Amino acid sequence: MRLELRGQVSERMVYCSPVFAVIMTFLTGMLIFSFLGVNPTQAIITFFVEPVSSIDGVAELCVKATPLVLIAIGLSFCFRANIWNIGAEGQLTIGALAGGGLGLLFFNSSSQFLMPGMLIFGILGGMVWAGIPAFLKIKFGTNEILTSLMLTYIALLILSYLIHGPWKDPEGQNFPESRLFPEAGLLPIILDETRLHLGWIITLICVPVAWILMTYHLIGFQIRVMGMAPMASNFAGFRGKNIIWISFLISGGLAGLAGTIEVSGPIGQIIPVISPGYGFTAIIVAFLGRLHPIGCLLSGLLMALTYLGGDNAQIELNLPNAVTGVFQGMLLFFLLASDVLVRYRIQIIGYKNKHRNVE
Amino acid sequence: MSELFVPVLLTIITASTPLVFAAAGEVVVEKSGVLNLGVEGMMIVGAVIAFAVGVKTESAALAIISGAAGGMLTAFIFGFLTLRLLANQVATGLALTIFGLGLSALIGHGFVGKTFSGLPKIGVPFLEQIPVLGPLLFVHDILVYLSVIAVFLITYVFNKTRLGLIIRAVGENHHAAHSIGYSIVWVRMGCILFGGSMAGLGGAYLSLAYTPLWVEGMTAGRGWIALALVVFASWRAWRAFFGAYLFGGITIIQLHAQGFGVDIASQFLSMLPYLATIVVLVLISNNSSRMMLNAPADLGKSFHASD
Repeated sequence: MRLELRGQVSERMVYCSPVFAVIMTFLTGMLIFSFLGVNPTQAIITFFVEPVSSIDGVAELCVKATPLVLIAIGLSFCFRANIWNIGAEGQLTIGALAGGGLGLLFFNSSSQFLMPGMLIFGILGGMVWAGIPAFLKIKFGTNEILTSLMLTYIALLILSYLIHGPWKDPEGQNFPESRLFPEAGLLPIILDETRLHLGWIITLICVPVAWILMTYHLIGFQIRVMGMAPMASNFAGFRGKNIIWISFLISGGLAGLAGTIEVSGPIGQIIPVISPGYGFTAIIVAFLGRLHPIGCLLSGLLMALTYLGGDNAQIELNLPNAVTGVFQGMLLFFLLASDVLVRYRIQIIGYKNKHRNVE
Repeated sequence: MSELFVPVLLTIITASTPLVFAAAGEVVVEKSGVLNLGVEGMMIVGAVIAFAVGVKTESAALAIISGAAGGMLTAFIFGFLTLRLLANQVATGLALTIFGLGLSALIGHGFVGKTFSGLPKIGVPFLEQIPVLGPLLFVHDILVYLSVIAVFLITYVFNKTRLGLIIRAVGENHHAAHSIGYSIVWVRMGCILFGGSMAGLGGAYLSLAYTPLWVEGMTAGRGWIALALVVFASWRAWRAFFGAYLFGGITIIQLHAQGFGVDIASQFLSMLPYLATIVVLVLISNNSSRMMLNAPADLGKSFHASD
């Protein structure tokens, strides 16, 4: 058996490989569950069916998917341009602090402008934080993978400083938490008796907008060309620096937006842990969604399900919810592995091929 | 004076050793033209397996070996995906880190709160009796010595041996190396496995000697700092060694700063290693001609004979 380069990228495999990866993850997951001494069918039901078997569960799924989809859409722009922004977690955190900070500043406001203001501040905060690696890359040629990641650790420490220090709730019995946002600083609930909030609608609006931007707008075209053929992009006169700026700012802005939506939606204040690694999981979401906004929406929902499933498995089956991380990592492994079939075809070497000239 | 500074310097050595292992291992990997961003994941798997085996068997030797094996097994996944299936190295490395963090939490679930006796200190006969220098340089656990030996060996192999030349050839131009008959896949796989076992040892040092405890996510970005150190060291193992000590020093000085009456919130001091990494990266990459000279030319590129 060996790999043979396809003349052309296989369109069919581009869409088949995520499905294949999901199936393989299921099967391997069942194997792991039986290894852990849990009935595999029972475990899969607990993990992937039970959490979404009620209206409340579906609403919760959308709540969890909101930040994942938003960040993944932003990352798609970066990854398509071959720019590796992996600091979305930090951009989310700074976005949450910028947006949430505005909510805390006007903690007794009831203005209807507070919420939009917070969202805009969140976007700007994320953009500022993503702008740093963009600037360093353009000005000094610094590797953006490492700088964006280091900035994530710095962002988490800033969060820790603020809620242990200046932003700590004065009436909070010394808990490291900010005060609650005012009613005007909370995203309205759109489905009664659930936690589903306006952020989900914002996400659903972002998907087609990003799709148009990526597929039909010049910016999206430039980003794709730079990623696929940097030389061609140069010859065409596209400005590499601008593309770096734009893709970083889009992804930082969306991550910041996701951060503000998290604190002003399901959380309602600033707490020590704003995100359970959404910024990193979104990398998987982006790849699984084929770096396409619609794909990101679907894969974001699936990945949100692994979070819910992990929580449910912890309660029902007494499994550590770290299982979620294993599932997510495995999914990306299988996806990357099956992606080989997009560019190569597997050839079983038999009699006929043995005697063929190898080019 | 020495009563005050010897303990501080000793903690610097403890803090630097994991970075030395991980960075020196990654130097070898990147020299062969492979960019493995999964150092953090390999480290933490090494840490949890070493700790689990240490607690179960009470044997330091077994714990160390299984830590290295754990890192190596994780690295094998990376090697298989990137070399055999030609997966994107950056994405696979990220996946390895996410997977490693999850897997380690799963394995370590039952080991939270357990303790390990730590690694025994071994003194070098005679030399350990030198005042000040003796206790500072010649009374350490086996892994500290091993880290120094590893750096020395790597430097030697790259500069003086045929093996080093082959690895460098594969990293600089894989098509040329392939055309004269070297197996790119196996040379790279060997380097990836070596790098994995070194990262595993670095992780093992964290959970066996540095803390010695198992805490979820205990590598806290050290794998990433190690990756930055490789760039900082311009792909030379001995420079990575000094870089690691520089960072170890910053980490420890930040811990002691408050003791010396520096009135800054602890979070700002904790940022120092990460800030220092960024500053160093900027300084290094600003000189792009030097970067280009030192970086392996085929770093991060997949190899397939038909390309």
